[in-house]
Amino acid sequence: MAGSTLEIKDLHVEIEGQEILKGVNLTVKGGEFHAVMGPNGTGKSTLASAIMGHPKFEVTQGQVLLDGEDVLEMEVDERAQAGLFLAMQYPSEISGVTNSDFLRSSINAHREEGDEISLMKFIKEMDAAMDTLDMDKNMAQRYLNEGFSGGEKKRNEILQLMMIQPAIAILDEIDSGLDIDALKVVAKGINEMRSENFGCLTITHYQRLLNYITPDKVHVMMQGRVVKSGGPELAERLEAEGYDWIKQELGIEDETISQKA
Amino acid sequence: MTVKVSLPYDKDYVSNFSQGLNEPDWMTSLRLNALDKAESLEMPKPDKTNIKDWNFTEFKHHVEGEAINSIQDLPEQMLNLLDQDKEQQNLILQRNHSVAFSNLDSSLEEQGVIFTDIQTAIRDHSDLVEKYYMTEAVHVDEHRLTALHAALMNGGIFLYVPKNVTIKEPLQTIFWQEDPEAALVNHVLVVAEENSSVTYVENYTSDNKEEKTSANTITEVFAKAGAKVSFGAVDNFEAGTTVYANRRGVTDRDAVIEWALGLMNEGNTVSENITHLIGDNSQSQAKTVTIGRGAQKQNFTANITHFGKGSDGYILQHGVMKDKSSGIFNGIGKIEHGASKSNAEQESRVLMLSKDARGDANPILLIDEDDVTAGHAASVGRVDPMQLFYLMSRGISKFEAERLIIHGFLAPVVNQLPIEAVKQQLRQLIERKVY
Ligand SMILES: Nc1ncnc2c1ncn2[C@@H]1O[C@H](COP(=O)(O)OP(=O)(O)O)[C@@H](O)[C@H]1O
Ligand SMILES: [Mg+2]
Repeated sequence: MAGSTLEIKDLHVEIEGQEILKGVNLTVKGGEFHAVMGPNGTGKSTLASAIMGHPKFEVTQGQVLLDGEDVLEMEVDERAQAGLFLAMQYPSEISGVTNSDFLRSSINAHREEGDEISLMKFIKEMDAAMDTLDMDKNMAQRYLNEGFSGGEKKRNEILQLMMIQPAIAILDEIDSGLDIDALKVVAKGINEMRSENFGCLTITHYQRLLNYITPDKVHVMMQGRVVKSGGPELAERLEAEGYDWIKQELGIEDETISQKA
Repeated sequence: MTVKVSLPYDKDYVSNFSQGLNEPDWMTSLRLNALDKAESLEMPKPDKTNIKDWNFTEFKHHVEGEAINSIQDLPEQMLNLLDQDKEQQNLILQRNHSVAFSNLDSSLEEQGVIFTDIQTAIRDHSDLVEKYYMTEAVHVDEHRLTALHAALMNGGIFLYVPKNVTIKEPLQTIFWQEDPEAALVNHVLVVAEENSSVTYVENYTSDNKEEKTSANTITEVFAKAGAKVSFGAVDNFEAGTTVYANRRGVTDRDAVIEWALGLMNEGNTVSENITHLIGDNSQSQAKTVTIGRGAQKQNFTANITHFGKGSDGYILQHGVMKDKSSGIFNGIGKIEHGASKSNAEQESRVLMLSKDARGDANPILLIDEDDVTAGHAASVGRVDPMQLFYLMSRGISKFEAERLIIHGFLAPVVNQLPIEAVKQQLRQLIERKVY
């Protein structure tokens, strides 16, 4: 089977009555790596959260389709089961639930009842993924994200990605707070996922990560919209020149979401 | 003004009861004295819980329980509390008010360990018991329920660990209120001599959903210099039993008492857990978890009072409240003058699963010394929607996500229980009470 397709059409999203996304259009197919870039406060995390079904965000207009299925009609767990995955910018800490119990529940949630992963196979896969990510094996028995450093949390998000093997992943600022070695390790994990059956939308405001995971397409968000799209050369130009030239080109003064709609 | 109350059992009854057990004189007079006081003393007044109409006086005081020849003859409900793959069980089963089964590793006996029912201990080790029995940790005249306990005590355990003896395997007691109206007025006395170490786990269980009775249990734990006592409990009385459970500890120099209490009663409950850190550098961790459901009312006090220098206390109370239940959690860290370099930490958290439930977390620090550290955290709230979103974003259903969060919330005590079967039992109880 060829990969899945995630289509975002004219997406408008509000939080507490304020419109944040003002018509986003984007399509990610299996086998493709997309990067969404943009300064802080331009709506990138809102886009990621709204696709996954964050309870605070209200979609007021537009569509999100996964292989033609209406994602917005699904509960959060159904979206995940349909093949979506979100590596969060700020993952929750959950005391008393071990990382490995959580991972096993997550994997089994993607499988049919009666077809749960065997403990042996699970441990083998987890060990292999942890090796790739250079993670201490003790992390498996620690409580989910509790007391993890920023870098450990990011690695743990990628560990989940590698174990769950979603069709389409959205990675929100997976590179923030990582030193160069950690960045390489995380990129290695993401690159291992590359296949025709895996599509990825990486959100970042640095070009840095893109040196390691080369995107097929690059999109720039401002004011709650995708204002420019291009190939990897776009990211390189942003790295060299910043965002001002885009703002000038488009006549944008304040790239963030204005308080008055 | 004192109000005399009429008690269900009078002087004649109590003295006959005591003589029937061949108790030494000190015990008989302790009982009669206590009975006298019980008539005039006030009931305890747990903060924010009115226990005026709770049943502490209607019950059957003495009910025999049939003996059991081997562990295999135990009913399933009890078997499930034992790690059955272990060959040697250090176990006492109290059925109603009789010892139905008892076993202690002979090598422990040879080292001078005493693990027996309280009535045998009072006869065979009279001086030892007299020294500790309601003299230092709990006093007869604290209120009507302590006095009533002393007058009517009808079961319990004595555990004595001699100097320098380390017991690796846990010792276990099952208190089975088989008769729906039997009242367990149990006294558990644990004495760990210098540099000894022991792990003790007790289970309370009953089936009386409708029939009314009460339990009035007192535990006194003494950890002498350098001793370590790990005390685990799962209380699981059915709804008909109104419970007053009082567990106290006293530590000497460098001693440690660890409490891991799963308070899973279905009826109205007052639970008090107080530890006095008397000796320098002594420590206590007091962890309790609980679930309230139905119209149940519960009041939990955890108190660690620091007297010794450099003493360290940590209180954790986690409660889940559903339906129309109400749970009051008082966490008290008290540092007395002179207990310099002490550290008092506490955490009281209540998870509300229904809008009709009531949960109160009252963290209190009382500090009478400058050179100390202390901290507390308290919260009352619902399941965090961000945690739910996170778990569900991995495909986990809402039901399963909540389940994971609740089990995680109660894990601090579950994980600390040293007997695998008891751990499992507590997990199952949590499962049954939450869903
Ligand atoms: N939970 C929230 N409550 C209120 N406003 C929010 C919330 N999350 C985001 N916003 C607002 O939405 C806008 C876009 O934020 P975000 O999507 O996080 O931007 P980015 O990820 O691009 O930095 C900002 O103006 C921010 O203040
Ligand atoms: Mg963001």
